[in-house]
Amino acid sequence: MAVIIDKNTKIIIQGFTGKMGSFHAEEMIKYGSNVVGGVTPGKGGSKHLNLPVFNTVKEAVKSTGATASILFVPPAFAADSAMEAADAGIKSCVAIVDGIPSHDMIRIKRYMRRYTKSEKMSLVGPNCAGIISPGKSMLGIMPGHIYKEGRVGIISRSGTLGYEAAQQLKNLNIGVSTSVGIGGDPINGSSFKDIIGKFEEDDETDAILMIGEIGGPQEVAAGKFAKENMKKPVIAYIAGLTAPKGRVMGHAGAIVSAYGESAVEKVEILREYGITISKNPSVMGDTVKRVLSKS
Amino acid sequence: MDIHEYQAKKILSDFGVTIPRGGIAYSPENAENKAREIGGNKWVVKAQVHSGARGKAGGIIVCDTPLAVAQATDKLLGKKLVTNQTGPEGKIVNRIYIEEATEIKKELYLGLVFDRSSESIMVVASTEGGMSVEEIAKQKPETIIRSKIEVAVGMQQFQAREIAFGLGIEPQLIRRAAETIIGCYQAFSELDATMVEVNPLVISNQDQILALDCKMSFDNNALFRRNQVSELRDKTQENSNEVYASDRGLNYVSLEGNIGNIINGAGLAMASMDMIKLAGGEPANFLDVGGGATPEKIVKAFKLISMDEKVKVILVNIFAGINRCDWVAEGIVQALQKIEVKVPLVIRLAGTNVEKGNQILKDSKINYIEANTLEDAANKAVNALGN
Repeated sequence: MAVIIDKNTKIIIQGFTGKMGSFHAEEMIKYGSNVVGGVTPGKGGSKHLNLPVFNTVKEAVKSTGATASILFVPPAFAADSAMEAADAGIKSCVAIVDGIPSHDMIRIKRYMRRYTKSEKMSLVGPNCAGIISPGKSMLGIMPGHIYKEGRVGIISRSGTLGYEAAQQLKNLNIGVSTSVGIGGDPINGSSFKDIIGKFEEDDETDAILMIGEIGGPQEVAAGKFAKENMKKPVIAYIAGLTAPKGRVMGHAGAIVSAYGESAVEKVEILREYGITISKNPSVMGDTVKRVLSKS
Repeated sequence: MDIHEYQAKKILSDFGVTIPRGGIAYSPENAENKAREIGGNKWVVKAQVHSGARGKAGGIIVCDTPLAVAQATDKLLGKKLVTNQTGPEGKIVNRIYIEEATEIKKELYLGLVFDRSSESIMVVASTEGGMSVEEIAKQKPETIIRSKIEVAVGMQQFQAREIAFGLGIEPQLIRRAAETIIGCYQAFSELDATMVEVNPLVISNQDQILALDCKMSFDNNALFRRNQVSELRDKTQENSNEVYASDRGLNYVSLEGNIGNIINGAGLAMASMDMIKLAGGEPANFLDVGGGATPEKIVKAFKLISMDEKVKVILVNIFAGINRCDWVAEGIVQALQKIEVKVPLVIRLAGTNVEKGNQILKDSKINYIEANTLEDAANKAVNALGN
């Protein structure tokens, strides 16, 4: 099985009947994802894309047995939707939306502390491309065809840079077990460390490519975790070598504000943790290939 | 989003923090009247620009008479203040803050930021006020007090007291100090701030606890629900191209180099800039047109880059997913029919329907250099500089 989602995972769409929700629900269904319905408060009981619409996530879960959801809800309402999913017993939730206030993200994470580890929802995002287990299921907005089925796990803060990596791997005839976009915000649902641990336990993943960038402590935390707890090789690329200090580079979280947050410093620290560094973004695929041929 | 010192002071005073008496002025006469209104016999004239280190740059002048206040205001107004944080171009001074002078007994540092590791609000305090927090961390790290605040329940009295005692504040002032610290926390938490810095926080000779200088920044993602904050935006303090970009939904940061970039996605944009640097060039900007890279956004992006006179080569790097390269290519062709690009143009398309996209560009007769990989694109852009 892959990480987080496989072909049987039952998926609901939150914000189902909106423009974004409809478009991406269709793309996911075309890819083969097991979409079983959606939620739009006030439109419960109707049908959309031939699937049932519910007023609440609880009703949707009860009626369909869904365990995963994806949010296409405007930023002002996204925190509420994520907490609703957690409360309804959804296990994996992806928030695509860009623009959730940081204070709201903290609120979501505090809210989720009420659950024990086994009942806790795993939130991925916000401001991300989502999750794809190639050939099995897509819970995201990526172009599915650029991913080849295989045994490399990808974790990326950036959407398009994750696509770039998948394409480079495909060109080298290397496939992907699961690719997870954790998003570009300063506070996100799942960190590199959270996801990298899942890949270590996944028997269909041989190596992990971690695509980080400037800002925040997450890449370093994952590197430390990998050194202490992992047997599988980890390859990393960190974007933002030329980014000036103190400026936000597109992603709200891409800002260097402390020691260890610049690309150069992160690369140095990750190397010390024994992680193989892809020197530039053009050789992410080649670097993975080299590591795989050694192991 | 950043705001001015006087605006931050007004906000903090609404949350119970004491500030010296002061007023804003837009002309020397205005300033002189403000000084008389405030009273006393010593005033501080402070240039309002979005930058720290204004004192060293000559932006803060102490005056003994209202006339001197007028003269100091005249000297600063309309000038560009260049500090070690503004870059060589400096920032325009359009507003002057006149404040009563404070007799200082002790200078402290108080800052609040988001701590991304613990996902809480972190209070940082030190007895060494007046220096930047980076300098304090280097020179007097032992004086730094840190306190993590659990946002779900907010700051507790004891936490504020601990910080106040840690700063060596005298017992009779502890209650007032704690109120000040809690006031700063409440402003941070209730207004969706990302940073509050009071530096220095002073104890005056009269035993008042005063915010002598302060800075606040806010979460751009939360401005939709903070009208009173978003009204404080001063576009004259921002790079004009960056204002143009943000008004049009583009993520843009102006840089020093000469290779202009048009890229979709923040990560890919940073990665392309890195490749330019490795190829021996320097990027003129960071520009993310959004993951979707719609034709409208591409037109706007070309307009923006054409406004930048530093740009000697333009590099377009789009990874098309659901939006398809052929569609992106049509957007580029449309943009180039509307906007004249006088410098060499390197285009790299990747992803869905890349062959179709490249064919459309070839057939369009636009003058460009085709590139295939990230590396190829960066090398060709740097080479084009020489032509």
